Amino acid sequence: MSSNGIPGPDSEVALRVKAMESLLLEKGLVESSAIDELIDMFENRLGPWNGAQVVARAWSDPEYKAWLLKDGTGAIADMGFAAVQGEDMVVVENSAEVHNMVVCTLCSCFPWATLGLPPVWYKSAPFRSRAASDPRGVLAEFGTEIGADAEVRVWDSNAELRYMVLPERPAGTDGMDPEALAKLVTRDSMIGVTNVAPPG
Amino acid sequence: MNGVHDMGGMHGLGPIQTASDDVVFHEEWEGRTLALARVLLAGMHFSLDEFRHAMERIEPSYYLTSSYYERWLEGSITLMVEKGVVTQAEFDARLADLRGGTS
Repeated sequence: MSSNGIPGPDSEVALRVKAMESLLLEKGLVESSAIDELIDMFENRLGPWNGAQVVARAWSDPEYKAWLLKDGTGAIADMGFAAVQGEDMVVVENSAEVHNMVVCTLCSCFPWATLGLPPVWYKSAPFRSRAASDPRGVLAEFGTEIGADAEVRVWDSNAELRYMVLPERPAGTDGMDPEALAKLVTRDSMIGVTNVAPPG
Repeated sequence: MNGVHDMGGMHGLGPIQTASDDVVFHEEWEGRTLALARVLLAGMHFSLDEFRHAMERIEPSYYLTSSYYERWLEGSITLMVEKGVVTQAEFDARLADLRGGTS
Protein backbone atom coordinates (compact mmCIF):
# COMPACT_ATOMS: atom_id res chain seq x y z
CA MET A 1 0.00 0.00 0.00
CA SER A 2 1.08 3.54 -0.55
CA SER A 3 2.78 5.57 2.10
CA ASN A 4 1.50 8.89 0.80
CA GLY A 5 -2.19 8.06 0.64
CA ILE A 6 -2.41 8.79 -3.06
CA PRO A 7 -2.27 5.42 -4.79
CA GLY A 8 -3.33 4.78 -8.37
CA PRO A 9 -6.74 3.45 -9.38
CA ASP A 10 -5.66 -0.20 -9.43
CA SER A 11 -3.60 0.03 -6.28
CA GLU A 12 -3.72 -2.64 -3.62
CA VAL A 13 -5.77 -0.41 -1.35
CA ALA A 14 -8.37 0.23 -4.07
CA LEU A 15 -8.65 -3.54 -4.59
CA ARG A 16 -9.16 -4.09 -0.86
CA VAL A 17 -12.04 -1.61 -0.90
CA LYS A 18 -13.56 -3.36 -3.92
CA ALA A 19 -13.22 -6.74 -2.19
CA MET A 20 -15.04 -5.52 0.90
CA GLU A 21 -17.71 -3.61 -1.01
CA SER A 22 -18.49 -6.52 -3.35
CA LEU A 23 -18.82 -8.99 -0.46
CA LEU A 24 -21.10 -6.65 1.50
CA LEU A 25 -23.23 -6.02 -1.59
CA GLU A 26 -23.62 -9.75 -2.17
CA LYS A 27 -24.66 -10.27 1.44
CA GLY A 28 -27.24 -7.52 1.09
CA LEU A 29 -25.68 -5.45 3.88
CA VAL A 30 -25.13 -2.37 1.75
CA GLU A 31 -26.71 -0.96 -1.38
CA SER A 32 -24.83 0.81 -4.14
CA SER A 33 -27.36 3.64 -4.11
CA ALA A 34 -26.71 4.29 -0.41
CA ILE A 35 -22.96 4.41 -1.04
CA ASP A 36 -23.39 6.83 -3.94
CA GLU A 37 -25.78 8.99 -1.92
CA LEU A 38 -23.29 9.26 0.96
CA ILE A 39 -20.41 10.15 -1.35
CA ASP A 40 -22.56 12.88 -2.91
CA MET A 41 -23.45 14.22 0.54
CA PHE A 42 -19.81 14.42 1.63
CA GLU A 43 -18.64 15.95 -1.64
CA ASN A 44 -21.46 18.40 -2.30
CA ARG A 45 -23.61 19.10 0.75
CA LEU A 46 -21.29 19.07 3.75
CA GLY A 47 -18.55 21.64 3.68
CA PRO A 48 -17.11 24.81 5.17
CA TRP A 49 -19.74 26.95 3.39
CA ASN A 50 -22.13 25.72 6.13
CA GLY A 51 -19.85 26.91 8.93
CA ALA A 52 -19.26 30.20 7.10
CA GLN A 53 -23.01 30.91 7.25
CA VAL A 54 -23.00 30.24 11.00
CA VAL A 55 -20.07 32.64 11.48
CA ALA A 56 -21.63 35.35 9.29
CA ARG A 57 -24.89 35.16 11.23
CA ALA A 58 -23.04 35.38 14.55
CA TRP A 59 -21.13 38.46 13.31
CA SER A 60 -24.42 40.08 12.25
CA ASP A 61 -26.74 39.13 15.11
CA PRO A 62 -25.51 39.54 18.73
CA GLU A 63 -28.35 37.42 20.12
CA TYR A 64 -27.49 34.56 17.79
CA LYS A 65 -23.81 34.90 18.70
CA ALA A 66 -24.61 34.65 22.41
CA TRP A 67 -26.70 31.53 21.74
CA LEU A 68 -23.96 30.01 19.56
CA LEU A 69 -21.31 30.46 22.25
CA LYS A 70 -23.61 29.12 24.98
CA ASP A 71 -25.22 26.22 23.09
CA GLY A 72 -23.30 25.49 19.90
CA THR A 73 -25.22 22.31 19.11
CA GLY A 74 -28.62 24.04 19.30
CA ALA A 75 -27.63 27.24 17.52
CA ILE A 76 -25.99 25.32 14.66
CA ALA A 77 -28.98 22.98 14.35
CA ASP A 78 -31.12 26.14 14.00
CA MET A 79 -29.28 26.78 10.72
CA GLY A 80 -30.25 23.31 9.53
CA PHE A 81 -26.83 21.73 10.08
CA ALA A 82 -27.43 18.66 12.20
CA ALA A 83 -24.72 16.47 13.72
CA VAL A 84 -23.58 13.72 11.38
CA GLN A 85 -22.20 11.47 14.09
CA GLY A 86 -24.40 12.53 17.01
CA GLU A 87 -21.70 14.78 18.38
CA ASP A 88 -22.07 17.92 20.48
CA MET A 89 -20.63 21.19 19.18
CA VAL A 90 -18.76 23.83 21.15
CA VAL A 91 -17.92 27.14 19.48
CA VAL A 92 -15.03 29.19 20.84
CA GLU A 93 -14.56 32.87 20.01
CA ASN A 94 -11.37 34.50 18.81
CA SER A 95 -10.62 38.05 19.94
CA ALA A 96 -7.66 40.37 20.31
CA GLU A 97 -7.00 38.76 23.70
CA VAL A 98 -7.60 35.06 22.94
CA HIS A 99 -6.77 32.96 19.89
CA ASN A 100 -8.32 29.48 19.72
CA MET A 101 -7.15 26.55 17.60
CA VAL A 102 -8.71 23.09 17.17
CA VAL A 103 -6.97 19.72 16.85
CA CYS A 104 -7.75 16.05 17.37
CA THR A 105 -4.58 14.49 18.70
CA LEU A 106 -5.99 10.95 19.00
CA CYS A 107 -7.54 10.57 15.55
CA SER A 108 -9.06 13.26 13.35
CA CYS A 109 -12.39 14.22 14.94
CA PHE A 110 -13.78 17.23 13.10
CA PRO A 111 -17.05 19.22 13.02
CA TRP A 112 -18.43 17.51 9.91
CA ALA A 113 -21.81 19.27 10.04
CA THR A 114 -20.30 22.74 9.71
CA LEU A 115 -16.93 22.16 8.02
CA GLY A 116 -17.32 18.89 6.11
CA LEU A 117 -14.48 16.40 6.07
CA PRO A 118 -11.09 17.49 7.43
CA PRO A 119 -8.26 18.64 5.15
CA VAL A 120 -5.26 16.35 4.72
CA TRP A 121 -2.99 18.36 7.00
CA TYR A 122 -5.50 18.19 9.89
CA LYS A 123 -5.32 14.37 9.74
CA SER A 124 -1.53 14.30 9.50
CA ALA A 125 0.90 13.24 12.22
CA PRO A 126 2.86 16.54 12.16
CA PHE A 127 -0.25 18.63 13.00
CA ARG A 128 -1.70 16.16 15.50
CA SER A 129 1.58 15.80 17.37
CA ARG A 130 2.52 19.48 17.71
CA ALA A 131 -0.70 21.51 17.80
CA ALA A 132 -1.02 21.21 21.57
CA SER A 133 2.66 21.24 22.56
CA ASP A 134 3.79 24.05 20.24
CA PRO A 135 0.72 25.96 19.07
CA ARG A 136 2.54 29.18 18.23
CA GLY A 137 5.06 27.25 16.15
CA VAL A 138 2.23 25.48 14.32
CA LEU A 139 0.41 28.78 13.73
CA ALA A 140 3.62 30.27 12.33
CA GLU A 141 3.77 27.41 9.79
CA PHE A 142 0.38 28.59 8.56
CA GLY A 143 1.71 32.16 8.40
CA THR A 144 -0.32 33.22 11.43
CA GLU A 145 1.43 35.37 14.03
CA ILE A 146 -0.29 35.84 17.36
CA GLY A 147 0.93 38.69 19.53
CA ALA A 148 2.86 37.73 22.68
CA ASP A 149 0.24 39.46 24.82
CA ALA A 150 -2.59 37.29 23.42
CA GLU A 151 -3.44 33.94 24.97
CA VAL A 152 -3.46 30.87 22.69
CA ARG A 153 -5.93 28.11 23.59
CA VAL A 154 -5.89 24.68 21.94
CA TRP A 155 -9.00 22.48 21.98
CA ASP A 156 -8.53 18.72 21.58
CA SER A 157 -11.63 17.24 19.92
CA ASN A 158 -13.08 13.80 20.56
CA ALA A 159 -15.78 11.54 19.21
CA GLU A 160 -18.53 13.08 21.32
CA LEU A 161 -17.45 16.73 21.31
CA ARG A 162 -16.34 18.77 18.29
CA TYR A 163 -15.02 22.31 18.40
CA MET A 164 -15.30 25.13 15.89
CA VAL A 165 -13.68 28.56 16.06
CA LEU A 166 -15.69 31.75 15.65
CA PRO A 167 -13.02 33.89 13.97
CA GLU A 168 -12.66 37.60 14.60
CA ARG A 169 -14.65 39.78 12.22
CA PRO A 170 -12.09 41.60 10.07
CA ALA A 171 -11.89 45.38 9.69
CA GLY A 172 -13.50 46.96 6.66
CA THR A 173 -16.67 44.85 6.82
CA ASP A 174 -19.09 47.35 8.33
CA GLY A 175 -22.38 47.28 6.50
CA MET A 176 -21.74 43.95 4.81
CA ASP A 177 -24.71 41.57 4.94
CA PRO A 178 -24.38 37.95 6.16
CA GLU A 179 -24.22 36.60 2.62
CA ALA A 180 -21.26 38.81 1.76
CA LEU A 181 -19.59 38.13 5.12
CA ALA A 182 -19.89 34.35 4.66
CA LYS A 183 -17.82 34.58 1.47
CA LEU A 184 -14.88 35.91 3.51
CA VAL A 185 -14.85 33.04 5.99
CA THR A 186 -12.42 30.20 5.23
CA ARG A 187 -12.32 26.64 6.52
CA ASP A 188 -8.87 27.19 8.03
CA SER A 189 -10.08 30.25 9.97
CA MET A 190 -12.82 28.12 11.59
CA ILE A 191 -10.16 25.59 12.67
CA GLY A 192 -8.21 28.54 14.03
CA VAL A 193 -4.96 28.11 12.11
CA THR A 194 -5.55 31.37 10.23
CA ASN A 195 -7.54 34.56 10.68
CA VAL A 196 -10.18 35.91 8.31
CA ALA A 197 -8.56 38.42 5.96
CA PRO A 198 -10.21 41.82 5.36
CA PRO A 199 -12.09 42.11 2.05
CA GLY A 200 -10.45 43.35 -1.11
CA MET B 1 -5.35 3.04 25.39
CA ASN B 2 -1.82 4.38 25.05
CA GLY B 3 -0.41 3.76 21.61
CA VAL B 4 1.02 5.30 18.51
CA HIS B 5 -2.31 7.04 17.79
CA ASP B 6 -1.86 9.09 20.98
CA MET B 7 0.29 11.60 19.14
CA GLY B 8 -0.04 14.75 21.23
CA GLY B 9 3.44 15.89 22.23
CA MET B 10 5.43 13.55 19.97
CA HIS B 11 8.53 15.08 18.40
CA GLY B 12 10.21 14.59 15.06
CA LEU B 13 7.20 13.96 12.81
CA GLY B 14 8.18 16.71 10.38
CA PRO B 15 6.72 19.94 9.03
CA ILE B 16 3.00 20.38 8.36
CA GLN B 17 2.04 20.31 4.69
CA THR B 18 -0.15 23.37 5.09
CA ALA B 19 -1.10 23.80 1.45
CA SER B 20 -4.78 22.90 1.54
CA ASP B 21 -6.88 22.08 -1.47
CA ASP B 22 -10.64 21.73 -1.38
CA VAL B 23 -10.71 18.23 -2.88
CA VAL B 24 -12.82 16.06 -0.58
CA PHE B 25 -11.66 12.68 -1.91
CA HIS B 26 -8.34 12.47 -3.75
CA GLU B 27 -9.06 8.93 -4.96
CA GLU B 28 -12.39 7.25 -5.68
CA TRP B 29 -11.71 4.45 -3.17
CA GLU B 30 -11.47 7.02 -0.36
CA GLY B 31 -15.08 8.08 -0.76
CA ARG B 32 -16.26 4.48 -1.05
CA THR B 33 -14.29 3.56 2.10
CA LEU B 34 -15.88 6.38 4.08
CA ALA B 35 -19.36 5.58 2.79
CA LEU B 36 -19.03 1.84 3.51
CA ALA B 37 -17.97 2.54 7.07
CA ARG B 38 -20.88 4.99 7.52
CA VAL B 39 -23.36 2.39 6.24
CA LEU B 40 -21.95 -0.28 8.55
CA LEU B 41 -22.11 2.12 11.52
CA ALA B 42 -25.67 3.10 10.64
CA GLY B 43 -26.59 -0.58 10.33
CA MET B 44 -25.23 -1.21 13.84
CA HIS B 45 -22.70 -3.77 12.61
CA PHE B 46 -20.25 -2.00 14.89
CA SER B 47 -20.22 1.09 17.09
CA LEU B 48 -18.17 4.25 16.65
CA ASP B 49 -16.12 3.31 19.73
CA GLU B 50 -15.40 -0.15 18.34
CA PHE B 51 -14.39 1.45 15.06
CA ARG B 52 -11.96 3.87 16.71
CA HIS B 53 -10.53 1.02 18.77
CA ALA B 54 -10.03 -1.09 15.64
CA MET B 55 -8.00 1.74 14.11
CA GLU B 56 -6.02 2.20 17.33
CA ARG B 57 -5.06 -1.49 17.15
CA ILE B 58 -3.44 -1.05 13.73
CA GLU B 59 0.19 -2.15 13.77
CA PRO B 60 2.18 0.97 14.79
CA SER B 61 4.58 1.17 11.85
CA TYR B 62 1.68 0.87 9.41
CA TYR B 63 -0.35 3.41 11.41
CA LEU B 64 2.41 5.99 10.98
CA THR B 65 2.82 5.45 7.23
CA SER B 66 -0.84 5.00 6.24
CA SER B 67 -3.37 7.63 5.25
CA TYR B 68 -6.60 8.46 7.08
CA TYR B 69 -8.77 6.47 4.69
CA GLU B 70 -6.35 3.52 4.66
CA ARG B 71 -6.87 3.33 8.43
CA TRP B 72 -10.64 3.57 7.99
CA LEU B 73 -10.50 0.70 5.53
CA GLU B 74 -8.34 -1.54 7.71
CA GLY B 75 -10.49 -0.77 10.76
CA SER B 76 -13.62 -1.74 8.82
CA ILE B 77 -12.10 -4.97 7.49
CA THR B 78 -10.86 -5.94 10.97
CA LEU B 79 -14.32 -5.50 12.49
CA MET B 80 -16.14 -7.23 9.61
CA VAL B 81 -13.95 -10.28 10.14
CA GLU B 82 -14.13 -10.17 13.96
CA LYS B 83 -17.92 -9.84 13.87
CA GLY B 84 -18.20 -12.75 11.47
CA VAL B 85 -19.89 -10.68 8.79
CA VAL B 86 -17.14 -11.64 6.34
CA THR B 87 -14.61 -14.38 6.98
CA GLN B 88 -10.93 -13.78 6.43
CA ALA B 89 -10.95 -16.63 3.87
CA GLU B 90 -13.80 -15.00 1.92
CA PHE B 91 -12.02 -11.69 1.92
CA ASP B 92 -8.68 -13.17 0.86
CA ALA B 93 -10.31 -15.17 -1.93
CA ARG B 94 -12.17 -12.13 -3.26
CA LEU B 95 -9.04 -10.02 -3.15
CA ALA B 96 -7.12 -12.71 -5.05
CA ASP B 97 -9.87 -12.78 -7.70
CA LEU B 98 -9.72 -9.01 -8.08
CA ARG B 99 -5.94 -9.00 -8.32
CA GLY B 100 -6.08 -11.66 -10.99
CA GLY B 101 -8.67 -9.68 -12.89
CA THR B 102 -6.68 -6.49 -13.04
CA SER B 103 -3.07 -7.60 -13.53
